[in-house]
Amino acid sequence: MELRDTPEEASFRGDLRTWLEENVPAELRGHRGGAARFDGPEMRAWSRALYDAGYAGLTWPEEYGGGGAPYTHQAIFLEEIARAEAPPHIGVIGLGMAGPTIMAYGTEEHKARYLAPILSAEEIWCQGFSEPGAGSDLAGVRTSSRLEDGHFVVDGQKVWSSFAHLSDWCILLTRSDPESTRHAGLTYLIVNMHAPGVEVRPLTQITGEAEFNEIFFTGVRVPADNLLGEVGGGWQVAMTTLLHERGTLGFALQAALEMQVRKLIALARDRGADQLQRDRIAREWIEMQAVRFTNYRSLSALMKTGLPGPEGSISKLVWSEANQRVTKLALEILGPDAALADDNAPYGGYWQYQQLRSRGNTIEAGTSEVLRSIVAERVLGLPKSR
Amino acid sequence: MDFTFTPEQDALREQAREFLAANPEPSWAQLSELGWTGVSIADELGGAGLTFVEEAVLFEELGGALYHGPYFSTIALTLPALPSDLRAEVAAGTASWTLALGPLVPDLDTADRVAVVGGDGIFELESPEREVLTTNDQSRPLGVVRGGQSGRRLADASVLAEIGVRSLTALALEACGVARRALEHAVEYASTREQFGKRIGVYQAVSHPLANAYTRLELSRSLALWAAWCVATGDPETPLAAAAAKSSAAESAVAVCETSIQVLGGIGFTWEHELHRLYKRALGIESFGASGTRLRAELAVALLNEKTEEAPVTTPAPAPVEQGG
Repeated sequence: MELRDTPEEASFRGDLRTWLEENVPAELRGHRGGAARFDGPEMRAWSRALYDAGYAGLTWPEEYGGGGAPYTHQAIFLEEIARAEAPPHIGVIGLGMAGPTIMAYGTEEHKARYLAPILSAEEIWCQGFSEPGAGSDLAGVRTSSRLEDGHFVVDGQKVWSSFAHLSDWCILLTRSDPESTRHAGLTYLIVNMHAPGVEVRPLTQITGEAEFNEIFFTGVRVPADNLLGEVGGGWQVAMTTLLHERGTLGFALQAALEMQVRKLIALARDRGADQLQRDRIAREWIEMQAVRFTNYRSLSALMKTGLPGPEGSISKLVWSEANQRVTKLALEILGPDAALADDNAPYGGYWQYQQLRSRGNTIEAGTSEVLRSIVAERVLGLPKSR
Repeated sequence: MDFTFTPEQDALREQAREFLAANPEPSWAQLSELGWTGVSIADELGGAGLTFVEEAVLFEELGGALYHGPYFSTIALTLPALPSDLRAEVAAGTASWTLALGPLVPDLDTADRVAVVGGDGIFELESPEREVLTTNDQSRPLGVVRGGQSGRRLADASVLAEIGVRSLTALALEACGVARRALEHAVEYASTREQFGKRIGVYQAVSHPLANAYTRLELSRSLALWAAWCVATGDPETPLAAAAAKSSAAESAVAVCETSIQVLGGIGFTWEHELHRLYKRALGIESFGASGTRLRAELAVALLNEKTEEAPVTTPAPAPVEQGG
């Protein structure tokens, strides 16, 4: 057991910290969040700078242009990005989900064509999984694909798709066998978002911003080569994508929570906090440390055995509820000013925005209800409910 | 960064779990034969020369086994105050100790010798009158000492800081052991007990509280192991880690026991089942030493970077000990 950085980790962290100090553009630092921050050209330039410095795809194999680094480097990277209040690489979906899925299921042509532009932020990816009738129950997917003279023809609707309005490509889960139900008969495709018949409509959220989108597919022709896995084998491929989503998420969330708690403490110093609020601040600091060290335990097990520790499955569940409490506590500390919004509010409306946005945290990327069932059945081994 | 146990530490845990299952009420001599009383005592004094991380493994297992004896009071509370010759006795299993930090002294029924805090030092208290009190948690009785003569000066009061963080961390680790055991009972019951034609673990009204219990336990365990590593290495964050660990783990253990009692229904409410004893240990840990509220008040002072005149609560205040009464 050694919780300090190894000399090699310390050197990586030190170089990264210096690089961030010198390179994060002032206008991107400490943004209150939300989708709009990704829209401008400066986010592509920032992502490109991360790539040029060797910080994009740290854990991707070197043969695909990645850093070939251990997971600990990725964890350090996310911690330092959060500490510097720097934005992430714009290719969040490509780096964390589409890329690893292509590495696992793609042909050599797929890998040569798609992986490098993800790293360099030349191409942006989105995910087409959820549908109006298939949320937590993903096996209810109905968007159809039928093979017709060398093309899959895709019709249907996807929803809650982040980055779709900026994306060049989509990893799309479709039902290729109209007679099939549930997990059988699904097919996983790579779809060009600029193809005729693809329409993206932004969804305005509780925050007033449009971070997610609906995507409508009307007779979209997808070359038959753009298949990942086998026709009818899409469920297995989709599970790989989600495994990677949850695998890489823990440290990003922990780093975000550390930043949030640091800001909460700064707020309390700035505005003052009563005894009850102080008790809750201390609780949230404790919870943040608990998430941090739980992630370290899970990561250490991954490094040693190749499998993440079971305790890692609670990261997202705990983070989402902690972020909801932290942001609400911040509003309480703001007092009557909490009612103000945007530029009229203290700190540019940071906390008001964050508090509203946090309500999505227990819904997106696995609802808390689904995650509790996963812990109950897969970690505790309780009998399956379905 | 490596937050895993070594194979030797894993083996120690395995040994402890097996031994305590077969010997629920081990003597001090038995613990000494296993090498447990000398874990962190230097080789040349007859100990194993290991660290608080190995002791942490034992605190967790002893907690889960509801061990009744002077291990906590000797190893967590008193050891930092003992000079070399007395450490050698602890390693050899010929002496166990307790320390009167407050009016209620733990393990007074089993500890061989008693130390007290007085003035600027820690002293042995010779031939005190011991009164063991009735306690909710029968596996860790508390008592009061009266009279006796102040004997050998054992250490300077400056070791109280070390005693504070060791005892908070040890209590947090015990609490994790208690919570693990309680959760095992509940999961086993929910996996076998049938109502309405199904095993009750199928119902999310049962399984989700158990998922929450697991979550609370693992979060607290991460903090307790962090604190243990801090104590072992003398990390500058030790006081914060120890306060966080005790505050979190004591509460988690109580909550996990309560969930487990509920899941076991009427069985969990009976005297016969082990759960109430785990629950009472959890409650005992929560009330012993600094409460969660006090620890968080101290953390808030540290986090908000405020100057304070008050002594931090992770350093226990010297206890008023009735002398000569």
